[in-house]
Amino acid sequence: MATTAEGFDAPTAGHGGDHDHADHKPGFFARWFMSTNHKDIGTLYLIFAIIAGIIGGAISGIMRMELMEPGIQYLFWWAGASEGDIAAAGHMWNVFITAHGLIMVFFMVMPAMIGGFGNWFVPLMIGAPDMAFPRMNNISFWLTVVGFLSLLFSMFVPGSANGLGAGVGWTVYAPLSTTYAPGPSVDFAIFSLHLAGAGSILGATNFITTIFNMRAPGMTLHKMPLFVWSVLVTAFLLLLALPVLAAAITMLLTDRNFGTTFFDPAGGGDPVLYQHLFWFFGHPEVYIMILPGFGMVSQIVATFSRKPVFGYLAMAYAMVAIGVVGFVVWAHHMYTVGLDVNTKMYFTAATMVIAVPTGVKIFSWIATMWGGSIEFKSPMIWALGFIFLFTVGGVTGVVLANGGIDDNLHDTYYVVAHFHYVLSMGAVFSLFAGFYYWFPKMSGRMHSELLSHLHFWVFFIGVNVIFFPQHFLGMNGMPRRYPDFPEQFAFWNQVSSIGYMIMAASMLIFFANLAYAYIWGRKAENNPWGEGATTLEWTLTSPPPFHQFETLPVIEDHHDYHDHRPATA
Amino acid sequence: MTTAALQTHTDRKNAQVGGLAIFGALAMLGLGYAAVPLYDLFCSVTGFGGTTQVASEADANRAAAAGTNREISIRFDASTARDVPWTFRPSQSTDTIRIGHRDIATYVARNNSSQPITGTATFNVEPAQAGIYFNKIQCFCFTEQTLQPGQEVNMPVLYYVDPAILEDDVIGDIEQITLSYTFHRAKEPVSSALDRSQ
Repeated sequence: MATTAEGFDAPTAGHGGDHDHADHKPGFFARWFMSTNHKDIGTLYLIFAIIAGIIGGAISGIMRMELMEPGIQYLFWWAGASEGDIAAAGHMWNVFITAHGLIMVFFMVMPAMIGGFGNWFVPLMIGAPDMAFPRMNNISFWLTVVGFLSLLFSMFVPGSANGLGAGVGWTVYAPLSTTYAPGPSVDFAIFSLHLAGAGSILGATNFITTIFNMRAPGMTLHKMPLFVWSVLVTAFLLLLALPVLAAAITMLLTDRNFGTTFFDPAGGGDPVLYQHLFWFFGHPEVYIMILPGFGMVSQIVATFSRKPVFGYLAMAYAMVAIGVVGFVVWAHHMYTVGLDVNTKMYFTAATMVIAVPTGVKIFSWIATMWGGSIEFKSPMIWALGFIFLFTVGGVTGVVLANGGIDDNLHDTYYVVAHFHYVLSMGAVFSLFAGFYYWFPKMSGRMHSELLSHLHFWVFFIGVNVIFFPQHFLGMNGMPRRYPDFPEQFAFWNQVSSIGYMIMAASMLIFFANLAYAYIWGRKAENNPWGEGATTLEWTLTSPPPFHQFETLPVIEDHHDYHDHRPATA
Repeated sequence: MTTAALQTHTDRKNAQVGGLAIFGALAMLGLGYAAVPLYDLFCSVTGFGGTTQVASEADANRAAAAGTNREISIRFDASTARDVPWTFRPSQSTDTIRIGHRDIATYVARNNSSQPITGTATFNVEPAQAGIYFNKIQCFCFTEQTLQPGQEVNMPVLYYVDPAILEDDVIGDIEQITLSYTFHRAKEPVSSALDRSQ
């Protein structure tokens, strides 16, 4: 951005004197409800994601409780139905899986990754005073909140003949979501996706504009920290994928309420078209959920190895490649709809191609650590957990990519295990890594390393005990989306449910750690992580001033892909 | 440039990039809707998913001229959607025809209810790859069919299998194609659909 630097004699060091007015904050209501400050909005997003995560996680607790033994134990009670009303229990189950999926995807992972860490650290890392459109940023957040409320509300209004709530799965397939769910509940769930989607599209626009236009002088695209690259690619995916979802669910809405027949064969429509549209969004969506995690892990691994990240350009363009190829592999989610063998062959091959840029990233993280001066601080250990578990999920992904094998494993617990390894472990481990990495910067307090490590180990054991046995269940043919199962699956289901309890205990440690940090935590320095932390946010105070970079830092060209600080800072 | 001028300049640039991004999102929304006719077009042109083809008399004559004595069996399948109280079945379960030569098959439908019902039939063939070679000259599925209470009708379909199927690497040697129909209730106009949902 040469234009920003023109005629603007920005000092290269010392922002200390410029912050006389930097910490002037508005009153409580104006600050938190009408916020236009990217750090405050980031904080709001993180708090929102934690609350949504607690609700979504509690719902999965109900599910694991029910699955602990064969038979229906608790669903009749939850459905408010008489003992033995299997239809009501089954519907209640569908409502739970739908709510769990939608909450975790749209209201936990996405707000935390993009809204939370993206808002907080993209402007800081590129040396910008704020986002390009601060008021639009505020709209994005509140749209997401209202969307969440609409989804929660949908659970308490009539769904199908069998009870309250939208029991349609996070995929909302027709005709389950049209003919077989006449109540208003599904309309509220669809409306929720509209709102959250609109919020995310506006957010994506904001990030793209910020990253293209507001980088500090000298911060070329090829000098941006990898986290910023990851958010840029993610923003493009959001911008291109979410409108397709919006189109598909709007068609669902008119099919449901206004007599159109986009997905109804009686009027010349085709339900398979809905699946194509949904997965054209849905596959990029899974990269939307993981790419910012890739970015965070890159920063963290470099920081705690005290080395520049290995293969910076390859790392950046691997994310671009994953984003591009991610748009042409969608039908691997629908191998069983009757695709012919040539179509399956294409989608199998295209899907496997994605393993190449992903492998580039995995090996580059390992190469970054190679010969580095590694410190196993809390963010690093979570990042290592991420690399290991994401790779496990990636390997089962390559298995499922095969059209022939998928015929057998489609809609079994093997698939459930696969996508929880990449999301519940991949995305969530990177979220915790990022959280522990930046918590001192955001709050100005140090968390406890001991509790963080304890949190890590208990969580690591817990999620593996939950999800690893689900591979066995799937291989043996246990279908997903059922509350009951035959006796033969009882043992591993019980193990899996015990894993949930271990995982839940680790969350208590997490919240204890937060309490510790705010009550006893010592004050965080500007840069608590030492010389490996080279991005711009570490040149600011912890927490950063309310308004930062009122004079822009200038990044000089010394051909170092890793050091993003002003030359003389 | 003064700070104020710089600010205006940045704002204009931001509006440009932001506007482009929003335009991209709207274009994708449009593409989402464009997918509906494009998908129909794709299916009818390629026979994707077992979509059968519509042929004219002239096409049929041309195919017959190129026809062979190779025989192929056609199996007929019929079903109705849950809310259509009709008995609907093929008059013959299979038929052996010569590839390229036209043949007529009939289905029988009976309205078992006490009300007139208008139905519309969806169709495809199995294996799906045969869709592109399966040509219908006339079919009851081209239009809606109304049956009075208790009425029983014979519904003909005039079809042939394109000889080009013999050159197909994947299904050139198949021995049977299944032709399948499902009767749905024809979609009512919007106003009555709303009445029903209330």
